[in-house]
Amino acid sequence: MFLESDIWVMLAGALCAMSCACVGCFLVLRKMSMMGDAISHSVLPGLAIAFLMTGDRSGPSMLLGAVVVGVLTAVLTQYIHKQGQVEESAAMGVVFTTLFALGLMIIVYFLDHSDIDASCVLYGSLEAAATWEFEWNGYIFKTKIIQLAIILALNVLVIFALFKELKISSFDPALATTLGVHAGKLHYVLIILVAITTVTAFDVVGSILVIAMLIIPAATAYLLTQRLGLMIIISMLLGALGSVLGQLSIIYLLPAWGLPDTFSSGMMTVMVTVFLILAILFSPKSGILFKLIRHLQLGKEIFMNRVLGALYRTEEEQPNFHHLEQIQKTYPVRFKWAIWLLKRNAMVVADGKQWRLTENGEVYARKLVRSHRLWENYIFTNMNVPVDHLHYQAASLEHVTDESLLEQLAETTSLEHDPHGREIPQKKSKD
Amino acid sequence: MKNNTIIPLAIRDLTVAYHRKPVLWDIDFEAPAGSLVGIIGPNGAGKSTLIKAILELIPRASGEVLMFGKNYSLVRQRVGYVPQRESVDWDFPVSALDVVAMGCYGQIGWFRRVTSKWRKVAREALERVGMLDYADRQISQLSGGQQQRVFLARALVQDADLYFMDEPFAGVDAATEKAIITILQELKKAGKTVFVVHHDLQTVTEYFDYLLMLNMRVVAEGPTKEVFREENLVKTYGGRLTLLDEALEAMRKRGTMG
Repeated sequence: MFLESDIWVMLAGALCAMSCACVGCFLVLRKMSMMGDAISHSVLPGLAIAFLMTGDRSGPSMLLGAVVVGVLTAVLTQYIHKQGQVEESAAMGVVFTTLFALGLMIIVYFLDHSDIDASCVLYGSLEAAATWEFEWNGYIFKTKIIQLAIILALNVLVIFALFKELKISSFDPALATTLGVHAGKLHYVLIILVAITTVTAFDVVGSILVIAMLIIPAATAYLLTQRLGLMIIISMLLGALGSVLGQLSIIYLLPAWGLPDTFSSGMMTVMVTVFLILAILFSPKSGILFKLIRHLQLGKEIFMNRVLGALYRTEEEQPNFHHLEQIQKTYPVRFKWAIWLLKRNAMVVADGKQWRLTENGEVYARKLVRSHRLWENYIFTNMNVPVDHLHYQAASLEHVTDESLLEQLAETTSLEHDPHGREIPQKKSKD
Repeated sequence: MKNNTIIPLAIRDLTVAYHRKPVLWDIDFEAPAGSLVGIIGPNGAGKSTLIKAILELIPRASGEVLMFGKNYSLVRQRVGYVPQRESVDWDFPVSALDVVAMGCYGQIGWFRRVTSKWRKVAREALERVGMLDYADRQISQLSGGQQQRVFLARALVQDADLYFMDEPFAGVDAATEKAIITILQELKKAGKTVFVVHHDLQTVTEYFDYLLMLNMRVVAEGPTKEVFREENLVKTYGGRLTLLDEALEAMRKRGTMG
């Protein structure tokens, strides 16, 4: 059943995911994803102390506490890394776990039985957070949703205002610093944003899943585009979409499959992970599917070239071990397919039970064989490879040789015969 | 307007240390204006460290560096830097044009956008290095030489008077090497001073008119004709035999040339 409360849950989730995603992009690009992990845990003592001092659970004091401890995490990590000569990730591991433990202890000792407890920090509750309300002038406002919207606006504003500064300091910190864009200072700007964002996201998705919100949509967007601005926009859209689809699948999909209800934040994370998996499989940049298709295409091309070369050699009446029949015998299916394709491209025509190159086919095949034999010559004269090994080396090179490289080759090896004594087909004058 | 007769770079007693272990000792150096200065020395001689210390990217243990008679922070706009190509992540989601435009960021100023005016400047620089056709390519799709040319274009848009280039010739193709040296000559003609960390001893005499030979300290400095000599090479590369051979080979070739 779709209820009004579901809309609020989706909205809270989407706002949270979008604020996390836009700062997450810079974490991913700066290769400091683990810094998000560290800060989301280490801010706990900051929260606990701020709560202890003010008794206020959602005010600016909490944000201040988080920022102070978030920056402290980064500073301490650098200090231990440099002074203690401990590896950076190890230093980070020491700092954030210690601070997190400190935070847990403060909560258990001083704040037991108050409405801040360890499980609320660890897991959060999207469903509960979406219901918090306050009344002002007779209107009812959703407390958490307003908070999340403010943080999202802040993140977007800072990233928009400092876009080129964040870009250059992420890409080339040394140059940025010499241009007066101090990379170290921007590092802390980012850390402050991460701290504020994670703290606000705590009671929505918890301190563990907030890492997923920071990293997964950003990593997915990274696979889908090659422009920074677009990457940030896509990551935010994916985060929002994950929230909406996550909640919808809780409402419709789970009951349909007879599964019990589950956490909204958990389902949201599962959704964005599904997006990431899809991106890994299908992205144009590194998608497994595209790689496979390219690989198959290359294989097809090389096999067709082999058949063409063999036909040319047969017509030269110099049958040898890469003779047509041998290819046909070894790869009967692929051979039929290649002939079919070559016929369709008007490179080959049937001639009784045999095949013959067409004029087009001959021009093409001549170029292949020329390339092959020139390479054999080149390798033989320059690399001291035994004659019976030449074929394989040349065969792998001939397919990637374009016109200009071919002519350069022809200039360096001005012989008319290859090392086996076979004639090198000359470049045909324009016919 | 810009006074180029003032010494572009003066270094006094510069010492740099990592974990209290000095890597550069008492560097004293003055570069003549409008020259191409080669910085040569074996691996670990502190060539990159010297540039980074000059540009305040790493702390100095002691010493003073003046550019055009002033502290670096006052003349930032007049100083350009080309880091080593390996120092950045080439998978970063930016185009060649974006990278070149980064050279303008100092002039554009904080919080401002990169407007079409700056993109035009960047395009012109790409054209100068013969890379205009690749302006919209993502940078990982460029070859090593093309990437280096993008870096060079980025330095050009900085429109500085003093440049530091860290191994611009490392791992580039012949066409790029030629493009870089052409640009260097143009910069020199325009009265600019360029420092280049260089490895190929064969081309030192051809490319640079001034030389800083470095091995944790200044072994020799001066006009290339005067200091590129066997005893200085032995002192610079001493103890590293393969490099010594290479250096002596370079000497021999130079001897036969003139």
